[in-house]
Amino acid sequence: MATMKALVCRECGKEYPTKAIHVCEMCFGPLEVKYDYEEIKRSISRKKVQDGPHSIWRYADLLPVEGPVFLGPHAGMTPLVRAKNLGAYLGLDELYIKNDTVNHPTLSFKDRVVAVAITRARELGFDTIACASTGNLANSVAAHAAAAGMRCYVFIPGDLEAAKVLGNLIYKPNVVEIEGNYDDVNRLCSEIAGEHGWAFVNINIRPYYAEGSKTLAFETVEQLGWRTPDHAVIPMASGSLLTKIWKGLHEMKYVGLIDEVRTKINGAQAEGCSPISTAFKAGRDFFKPVKPKTIAKSLAIGNPADGYYALKATAESKGSMDMVTDEEVVDGIKLLAQTEGIFAETAGGVTIGVLQKLVKNGIIKKSDCTVAYVTGNGLKTQEAVIDAVGRPVRIQPSLAAFEKTFKMGKNGGGDA
Amino acid sequence: MIKVRIPTPLRPLTKGQGEVETNAASVLDMIEALNTAHPGIKDRLCDDTGELRRFVNIYVNEEDIRFLKGKETSLKDGDEVSIVPAIAGGAPCRM
Repeated sequence: MATMKALVCRECGKEYPTKAIHVCEMCFGPLEVKYDYEEIKRSISRKKVQDGPHSIWRYADLLPVEGPVFLGPHAGMTPLVRAKNLGAYLGLDELYIKNDTVNHPTLSFKDRVVAVAITRARELGFDTIACASTGNLANSVAAHAAAAGMRCYVFIPGDLEAAKVLGNLIYKPNVVEIEGNYDDVNRLCSEIAGEHGWAFVNINIRPYYAEGSKTLAFETVEQLGWRTPDHAVIPMASGSLLTKIWKGLHEMKYVGLIDEVRTKINGAQAEGCSPISTAFKAGRDFFKPVKPKTIAKSLAIGNPADGYYALKATAESKGSMDMVTDEEVVDGIKLLAQTEGIFAETAGGVTIGVLQKLVKNGIIKKSDCTVAYVTGNGLKTQEAVIDAVGRPVRIQPSLAAFEKTFKMGKNGGGDA
Repeated sequence: MIKVRIPTPLRPLTKGQGEVETNAASVLDMIEALNTAHPGIKDRLCDDTGELRRFVNIYVNEEDIRFLKGKETSLKDGDEVSIVPAIAGGAPCRM
């Protein structure tokens, strides 16, 4: 820890102190944490990681906090599920699901980034924490703020799923619903962040916050026995998660935890909001903002701030990108649930749908070790599947009714 | 008059003001007018070729100018313009 040297502008290289700032005042480029990697190399080892806490904090050496107090002590170390049934269905020998539907405490990968953001916000002396969110982030910020005893403001679009709205209110933050989409929320919050001295986790704390996503790469490699997968399939909203997974893999090599990175990074979006995938398919290195229209609301960012870097990371890794229709999103959610017993939110449906396409198009091969990132829980987006899952079979409370409905014979029964 | 909201990183150029007023017929015009009143602002918004920098977003009455006519988007009396930095943060490694 205490391995941060500075914040550095990704575009022009100007350096800044490690405070709550996110934009280069010279060129508006994003600021990135600069670490003392020589110090980290000396300090980190596989053994040290494995002896560490069962959470993202086993990788504290590679996270932008000073420590030793970590808020969100249970985030991360979610299961890497060997998906034999889904693999067999798709024709893949070695498929894994990185299952962040069970992250602590709010059931999405955002618990990773918020644990890092709130820890850093505390270190910087803030007493109020805020965010602009498509839902999962707000839930996580609200929960962590409650546990940390901090004041909290969450800003969400006006059309969120009921469970994601409730999943804020229960922690009693100030929930501000904006009449508009996420891009409107984001713009407003960028302006609010300039006016108030709050820690906006995905605005002025963003250089630290975004680093938390690297832990998805770290854990995957460790759980695979210290090797990188051949393919990663990653959902994209702002594109930050994808670029941070790519960065995390390379950091592990750089500090000596692994010898090589052989992963091709693949990005997944829903057709109704696919500015990054569309640019990739057109061979462009820039994207055109869109007005989102998809059931995958957690990915509905029409003006993805990290889109440019996501395109670059995917190209560098020789990976690919694709998009799926809302219908394919629902099919993807059902397929994952019915083969692996994992109920993902709509973003997970996007990942599984695109995984399926990449296999079909020959981009992912049968023998490739593949990890699909499922980043949020289906119980939060029930509206998306409620008309696609049928109804319970309703019968009178009698044995005869049951036997008749399920056509039970002497050798057992069948489905109704 | 057109009201222009100035983001924090540019406020040293506007003597700390978060909002300034100007007269301009288009976004391009506005950038020139701002630069006359607050020298240096154009360099911060535009790159060497005069294009808007990658991480600069400009909104006219809450609409991203990329959905309008970009720099050519026309302005009229009473319009409100916001200049907002994109909040990217991800980046492939620079080690």
